[in-house]
Amino acid sequence: MAVNTVASTTDTTSATSADAPAGSVSLGPAAALSCRECGERSPLGPDFACGVCFGPLEVAYELPTGDAEGLRRRIEAGPASIWRYAPLLPVPEDVAAKPNTNPGFTKLVRADNLARELGVTGELHVKDDSGNPTHSFKDRVVAIAVEAARAFGFTTLSCSSTGNLAGAVGAAAARAGLRSCVFIPHDLEQGKVVMAAVYGGELVGIEGTYDDVNRFCSELIGDPAGEGWGFVNVNLRPYYAEGSKTLAYEICEQLGWRLPDQLVIPIASGSQLTKIDKGLRELIALGLVEDRPYKIFGAQAAGCSPVSQAFKGGHDVVRPVRPDTIAKSLAIGNPADGPYVLDIARRTGGAVEDVTDEQVVDAIKLLARTEGIFAETAGGVTVGVTRKLIESGRLDPALTTVVLNTGDGLKTLDAVAPSSGPTAVIRPTLDAFRDAGLG
Amino acid sequence: MSVNVRIPTILRTYTGGRAEVAAEGATLGEVLADLEKNHTGIGPRVLDDQGKLRRFVNVYVNDDDVRFAEGLQTPTPDGAGVSIIPAVAGGA
Repeated sequence: MAVNTVASTTDTTSATSADAPAGSVSLGPAAALSCRECGERSPLGPDFACGVCFGPLEVAYELPTGDAEGLRRRIEAGPASIWRYAPLLPVPEDVAAKPNTNPGFTKLVRADNLARELGVTGELHVKDDSGNPTHSFKDRVVAIAVEAARAFGFTTLSCSSTGNLAGAVGAAAARAGLRSCVFIPHDLEQGKVVMAAVYGGELVGIEGTYDDVNRFCSELIGDPAGEGWGFVNVNLRPYYAEGSKTLAYEICEQLGWRLPDQLVIPIASGSQLTKIDKGLRELIALGLVEDRPYKIFGAQAAGCSPVSQAFKGGHDVVRPVRPDTIAKSLAIGNPADGPYVLDIARRTGGAVEDVTDEQVVDAIKLLARTEGIFAETAGGVTVGVTRKLIESGRLDPALTTVVLNTGDGLKTLDAVAPSSGPTAVIRPTLDAFRDAGLG
Repeated sequence: MSVNVRIPTILRTYTGGRAEVAAEGATLGEVLADLEKNHTGIGPRVLDDQGKLRRFVNVYVNDDDVRFAEGLQTPTPDGAGVSIIPAVAGGA
């Protein structure tokens, strides 16, 4: 099998966390780290920012090419988890045999009822990632980060989180036998706090917004107090982010090795959207899907919509905002990958749109009553934005569209609780039932 | 005005490995110029060819992101803490 080098040349300048374990590591097809801004290359390590320009580092691969059919058969014979795509991920070949949460291969739900409501005449699918071990897509990215943490010799797994990630890190660390210590804004939804705490790791509430938490973690990583810590979305971020590529792989495989025409993806930092695009382009390059145009649409809540505002304003940089929305898992006011989201939306002919909190709640209920899927607020954002894009004619209702639901509605009960309750409360008699107009 | 500047790991090759250094200046722009004078090479890492903050650098004066304040013109009162942080962290 031939080898396709997906990035080039070498250099050694990059940001390494203080006193991190170093040395040669083997992470499958991962060949090096490469700066997304200036192309500077560096060896695989617990690094995240380019030493030349501060740009984000990402994993460059030597992917197997030349035998697409053989690769497809190997994937299809693999486990029903993200590890079926191990040949395309920065993980050791024997990853599936190690203790981890085995996330992924979640349902792609054909959403005909929702399609009728929205006036969609083509295929409409919901990629329902609430089916992951801790009920959000974060299990995918964390599973990859755990392998990087092992490779670099870290013994503590950590993160800054809007809630879902904290739970995913806690669970993955418990399974892997690592210590975990995670940081969240102090005012998160109770469901997410409990889900983060129950796995037994340390959970620290920070008095501030997610962006404050993120800043704190970035400073901790350069301090002796953070020595030996693998922060999944800081010094392990190049590896961790690759986990989102598996959403692209699964969607295409579940469509019968076919690209969707349109995808609607939530934006928090924007990393997930950019990695789904990367995954789609890899499948095309490897010959696993036919090369045809696709459009990527980004979805934000109006109360935290810096990328949407930049898209609408025609800007190529994103001005940070202070979030104020019920969609807390998307409430990142200073999104690290925002500029790349703008590039992708424009390159593919998509768009970035936002919806109000009221529209988010309506969309959660719409998805629940049409398809039996209870989405967290981020899912309400994507469904709400899908409706808005159809109404404004930017999303073609005749084509094949995939909408992402990245988390379980049980995590954000507060959003719908005020308007969701019993139809009636009655005495246990037939007369009471009829009197209530239910018979 | 003397301020305390927190240096990220990525830039500590310019400060002899020190995580914090002192610098002078009444604005962030003056502080960065003083840093460059005493730790040559650090300036072009933080500022681009046009002299603007690179887009993947976050700078805080005390608790305030300078992008919400006056950018390089943000005042740096005596005793203030300045933090330079790579912006690519967080999220997924």
